[in-house]
Amino acid sequence: MIPEEIIHQPSWYESSARARIVGLLDTDTFAEILGPADRVMSPHLDLFDLPPAFDDGMIIGRGKLAGRAVAVAAQEGQFMGGTFAEVSGAKLVGLLRAVTAAVGTASAVTSVLLLLDTGGVRLQEANAGEMAVSEIIRAVLDTRRAGVPVIALIGGRAGAFGGGGIVTACCSHVVISEQGRISVTGPEVIETNQGAEEFDSRDRALVWRITGGRSRVLLGGADSYVKGDIAGFREMAIRVHNTVPAFSPETMMMEQDRLKKRLEFYGDCTDTPEIWSRAGLSDPDKIYEIDDDAFLALLSQKGSRS
Amino acid sequence: MTPDDLLASLFPKKHAVVAGPHNTLSGTATLDDDQTVEVLGITGGTPLSPEIAIQLAGRVLEIINSGSKTPIVFLLDTASQRMTRRDEMLGLNEYLAHLAKVIVLAGTIGHRTVGILYGTAAAGAFIATALATQTLITVDGALPSVMDLPSIARVTKLPLEVLQQKAETTPIFSPGVPALAATGAVFETWPSDRTDFPERLKSILTTNDGQTDLRDRLGEKRGGRKVARDIAQRVAMAFSQVDR
Repeated sequence: MIPEEIIHQPSWYESSARARIVGLLDTDTFAEILGPADRVMSPHLDLFDLPPAFDDGMIIGRGKLAGRAVAVAAQEGQFMGGTFAEVSGAKLVGLLRAVTAAVGTASAVTSVLLLLDTGGVRLQEANAGEMAVSEIIRAVLDTRRAGVPVIALIGGRAGAFGGGGIVTACCSHVVISEQGRISVTGPEVIETNQGAEEFDSRDRALVWRITGGRSRVLLGGADSYVKGDIAGFREMAIRVHNTVPAFSPETMMMEQDRLKKRLEFYGDCTDTPEIWSRAGLSDPDKIYEIDDDAFLALLSQKGSRS
Repeated sequence: MTPDDLLASLFPKKHAVVAGPHNTLSGTATLDDDQTVEVLGITGGTPLSPEIAIQLAGRVLEIINSGSKTPIVFLLDTASQRMTRRDEMLGLNEYLAHLAKVIVLAGTIGHRTVGILYGTAAAGAFIATALATQTLITVDGALPSVMDLPSIARVTKLPLEVLQQKAETTPIFSPGVPALAATGAVFETWPSDRTDFPERLKSILTTNDGQTDLRDRLGEKRGGRKVARDIAQRVAMAFSQVDR
């Protein structure tokens, strides 16, 4: 029998993009923009005899989080790998530009929540997808510059790969669960290009040690770690709301320092337990075995990001 | 085209651009009207590593901190992002994003940023360098791409010949300047004789401030991205109208 508290805690990883949005926002507050009824679909998939989706795998709109107006965008990782393409990308670009333009008006929002779940650029529309990623980056940074935080929530099946990994790191704050993965080049592509001795993509434990949520939050690629249920993501999104750094020269100087030191301190390491050991964490090999409560306790002891 | 040829064509009056660590370029140049520009670059088709990203981002931040509003010109011949387990472990996504962020920040606060692609740039490296500038120019030797066709064939599980046939009917996925320019990535492609590079650069530095991302408009006009601009606008219209 499944314990009752688990029945009532739907998992972020197992849920659809729409279910994540519904569980994340205040009840009945989500208003979708260009939803399935509008049938805004990819004009390019037909060329590849692939079926399009009525939302192109990108669900956008506005709603409320703890009573405050927010904008939200979620990728459906189960459609074409949650990829950035002409339509899916333009929907997010349009949303971010609208948020920036709405600052100081009646339709202003207090933050943007990005529920990324993506393998990166959709290769069937590679050029449009690449341009979408670049436009999204600029629009995210314009939004932050206008004073509206953009918060990434990472814990879906497709992870945040390729351009999705870069977009994630452009956000004001990154929330991740154990199942969340962030990377640029995926393990399979590295293995194909450089051989299995460089990166054995079938070694699941290795893949998780390199790209997974625990490693990312310990190293500083994610800012907050949550248990994998939707309620955990919601609580954290409420908590970090508006407490995040501005996109300014000062912030970027601190980032430069942080990332430069990481290369100096850990640039010769070959696997993450080596990093944790050098950083002074006890039992570096246990980090991936302990449960979420023990890991959260370890994080709170460790303190600031490295 | 070699970086020296490109530098000589762009800045016939004077330049002090020198090779830096990890196949980077850095220095200043003087335009015909004595205006100074900062020059940064990558040479030799070098894959974009965390080290290169930090090197270039550090220089951009120094330029920002100098308090001037000097334009920054990026001369780019990179490759893809470097593909190693070590780089991914160290958070290559953060390093690529950091470089893109400081280039965008420089543009936002008044440094006109221009990318000149004279070699290859692909995938995440293309996004973090050339596509992070306000205006991208291509010259002889430029080969921008997301992924090469054989790799796209592998991932999409389509025979290469079929993919090559499809590429003739649409610019939406093929590598190269014409296809990327059609989607709005490239503002101008400059001619091979190189005689008017200084005037062309000057014109870009003086005609618009680069503050608005016009690439989807360009893609719509050139027919390479027919729907993106319209969709983004429809979203913006709807955003202020949905029930709050």
